[in-house]
Amino acid sequence: MPLTDDKVKLLETKAKDIRRSIIEALIEAKSGHTAGPLDMADIFAYLYFHALKHDSKNPSWEYRDRLVLSSGHICPVLYSTMAHAGYFPVEELMTLRKFGSRLQGHPHREFLPMLENSSGPLGAGISQTVGMALADRIDHGRTSSKQFYCITGDGELDEGNNWEGIMLAGKEKLQNLTVIVDRNNIQIDGFTEDIMPLNPLGDKWRAFNWHVVEIDGHNFRDIDRAFGEARAVFDRPSVIIANTIASKGVPEFERMFEWHGKPPTTEEEIKQAREAFK
Amino acid sequence: MLNPHLKLNPKLLDKDVEQVPIRKGFGEGLFQAAEIDKKVVGLCADLTESTHMLMFKQKFPERFIEIGVAEQNLATVASGMAAMGKIPFITSYAMFSPGRNWEQIRTTIAYNDRPVKIAGSHAGISVGPDGGTHQAIEDIALMRVIPNMVVISPCDSIQAKKATLATAKTKEPTYIRLAREKTPVMTTDQTPFEIGKGQVVFESVKEASSPKSKVKNTQSQIDVGIIATGALLFKAIKAAQKLSEEGKKVTVLNIHTIKPLDEDAVVKLAHESHAIVTVEEHQIIGGLGGAVAECLAAHFPVPIEFIGVRNLFGQSGKPDELIEHYGMGEKDIYAAVQRAILRKK
Repeated sequence: MPLTDDKVKLLETKAKDIRRSIIEALIEAKSGHTAGPLDMADIFAYLYFHALKHDSKNPSWEYRDRLVLSSGHICPVLYSTMAHAGYFPVEELMTLRKFGSRLQGHPHREFLPMLENSSGPLGAGISQTVGMALADRIDHGRTSSKQFYCITGDGELDEGNNWEGIMLAGKEKLQNLTVIVDRNNIQIDGFTEDIMPLNPLGDKWRAFNWHVVEIDGHNFRDIDRAFGEARAVFDRPSVIIANTIASKGVPEFERMFEWHGKPPTTEEEIKQAREAFK
Repeated sequence: MLNPHLKLNPKLLDKDVEQVPIRKGFGEGLFQAAEIDKKVVGLCADLTESTHMLMFKQKFPERFIEIGVAEQNLATVASGMAAMGKIPFITSYAMFSPGRNWEQIRTTIAYNDRPVKIAGSHAGISVGPDGGTHQAIEDIALMRVIPNMVVISPCDSIQAKKATLATAKTKEPTYIRLAREKTPVMTTDQTPFEIGKGQVVFESVKEASSPKSKVKNTQSQIDVGIIATGALLFKAIKAAQKLSEEGKKVTVLNIHTIKPLDEDAVVKLAHESHAIVTVEEHQIIGGLGGAVAECLAAHFPVPIEFIGVRNLFGQSGKPDELIEHYGMGEKDIYAAVQRAILRKK
């Protein structure tokens, strides 16, 4: 599906709606993560409103693409996008992290069965997506119509389990598997390159026999080119290293690792966050 | 005498009782389960032959995934396959799966509610010469504590085969504990098996059916009830037989499913005996003994003696040598029964 200028405008509007809802949900919840959800809003908008084969009215549709969120803590962006895509009412976002809510602090399928997976403990999403793609290959061969996407953080790549899954996917040449790395350069304790250097990140994936695309994670043309390329490559899995700006959209919060795991709470912070998505 | 209804191996108490590794039964069960159901897939962490997945791999190569030495990946990839409708069986040594990959099992299999079947081979101290690093004696505790998880510890190869076939039909995440060494075959193809149902395998005397109502609740009908799991069930039966010959009344209950525990069978035995001995090749903390103690403390407290490893790691040695050294032999069970009787009021 070509990405027309009108579609880009629509995606920009959707991304703004998603970000606004993330902020409102976090303010109401009084806890949760801000930086990652905000910086991944463009890619989530692109996936749910353009690339992903899915049906919000029939979430268990057998032939849907699968999207696995490995970095469970950025679930406000998943919930917000799903709500705007019609999976559940946008108002429900205000129940985030509250007792009895379907929107658990980290995603739990038992509460919200339309999720592909429960997550939170880091480093396990890639392997689960590899398993899904392997199972699908048994049933539908290498020309399966489904795509398998996994979204992971960059700090999360410190976890060894990831590299076990990455190695297996390379061995199995899973061409319909695409991992999107949220390369926002931050993790809880600081900047990723200070905590545990990941660079040269693309070379690491190449060494495991993956196709690597590095993009501006806020540019819809760039995003579209990367996903197109990932679908076109047939002899190996693809990784899209999406360079993003942590807390994208709220200038006062951008690039700061301090915003990894807290919501806007002070009057000033709330004002700044709301102002950004008016 | 052996419970005739269970159609146990008639040569069970002979000197030359047949011995087969429990893990072999798993391999046969997996092969049959795969023939019955195309959804069955197998994943292995570089131990295909010794975990007895080889037969499955050779017959169904398209349904076999070699993961390499990566047990965390073993669990998480299986979770993904289960999400697509498969029934994955994953094998490694129990020390590594569920030993190394506990959190992956908790989150991506149990919390995710995926029907992955975890077969942990080489469990227990009877792994022998490989030494303490390879002797999983904490695995029952690790798996038992996880919500949703079913824990099965078969007593012999035939029961392992039946357990494997049975778990292939259930939706629950399940741990099946297997052992390396050849151990006595106690059951037969005709012996019934149902997940979660304990089996009284031995009773000292066939009671002339005295209705329960005639026995006062404060009196015990028998001297001791022994509750055993895994291959040590054999030593429990041997000890019970000796005690019977000496005039004691002993009943032996095989608990092959540690979770969900057959509480009815455990409580009934406590009612009859007023003294219990648990027997397992596992730490006494958190295993079968722990499960039985939790159950009886809540429903019918009686003295319990625990046979198992006492807060120690294993070491190299011959299996029987180690079983004796760590106090899990026939003599130890015999002595524990005497202690339990002394503790009865």
